[in-house]
Amino acid sequence: MSDIADRVKKIVVEHLGVEEDKVTESASFIDDLGADSLDTVELVMAFEEEFGIEIPDDAAENIQTVGDAVKFISEAA
Amino acid sequence: MFDLTGKCALVTGASGGIGAEIARALHAGGAVVALSGTRVEPLEALAAELGEGAHVCPANLSDPESVEALPKAALAAMGGLDILVNNAGITRDQLMMRMSDEDWQSVIDVNLTAAFRLMRGVMRPMMKARWGRIINITSIVGQTGNPGQVNYAAAKAGLVGASKSLAQEVASRGVTVNCVAPGFIQTAMTDKLSDDQKTALMGNIPAGRMGTPEEIAAAVRYLASPEAGYVTGAVLHVNGGMAMV
Repeated sequence: MSDIADRVKKIVVEHLGVEEDKVTESASFIDDLGADSLDTVELVMAFEEEFGIEIPDDAAENIQTVGDAVKFISEAA
Repeated sequence: MFDLTGKCALVTGASGGIGAEIARALHAGGAVVALSGTRVEPLEALAAELGEGAHVCPANLSDPESVEALPKAALAAMGGLDILVNNAGITRDQLMMRMSDEDWQSVIDVNLTAAFRLMRGVMRPMMKARWGRIINITSIVGQTGNPGQVNYAAAKAGLVGASKSLAQEVASRGVTVNCVAPGFIQTAMTDKLSDDQKTALMGNIPAGRMGTPEEIAAAVRYLASPEAGYVTGAVLHVNGGMAMV
């Protein structure tokens, strides 16, 4: 679990260019981390590649925070 | 200028007059090309003519599964996908009052829906690379209309709207989306016109002649090049002045 959270965090930090301490579990990609809608699509793409999973579009729409991503990936992986 | 060395380009409709010339121009610019079309023989002949860096990727654009598979096949063959040229197109001309649903749908499917699916299919590698070029071959009739081509003109106009929308979505990622709109170009499609039809057409073309496939291909090569990186959402008309829009 913590391993997944760390890897998700790393992707978010790299992709959005934000400070690591801002990437908390409740941080919203769009509202707190300055992502636009295309960034969220790219983040999902990056998660898919990092974890070797497929995130369907309807699930991707519900991944709005760092915690959402960690939860989905933990269940899928 | 307009050097494409190291780039990988997928060209649909590469068995046709304009498509083959586009493939030649991109290949001459240094790009690796994936030649797509329904007829395998002319594609293989073109690949043989081009030599190294030319791959044949047949696809039937009226079949959604075949369309979905094409970007993957091209990516696997070339090892990258930086440039997509949606050139394939069909016509089913008929006065609208006589146009069947099938005439309408088949033209929309191949000329518009397949182009949409291919653009969607190539987005991932382009976004990741932070570089991409999509060039859609439309037509002057998408802007001016043309009797007998309600379906074709609608598909081409639709492609322009789709290109402009996608251009806005992905501009920040280094991906440009543009259209090249040919006027009357000398191809098998226009060879079918009667002499009377041709004479009438010439009267409307200030340049006084039909265009050549090479002149379309040159416009595509420009838009595919690194130099055109600030051009997006544009429609480049190549029509001898036939319509100045």
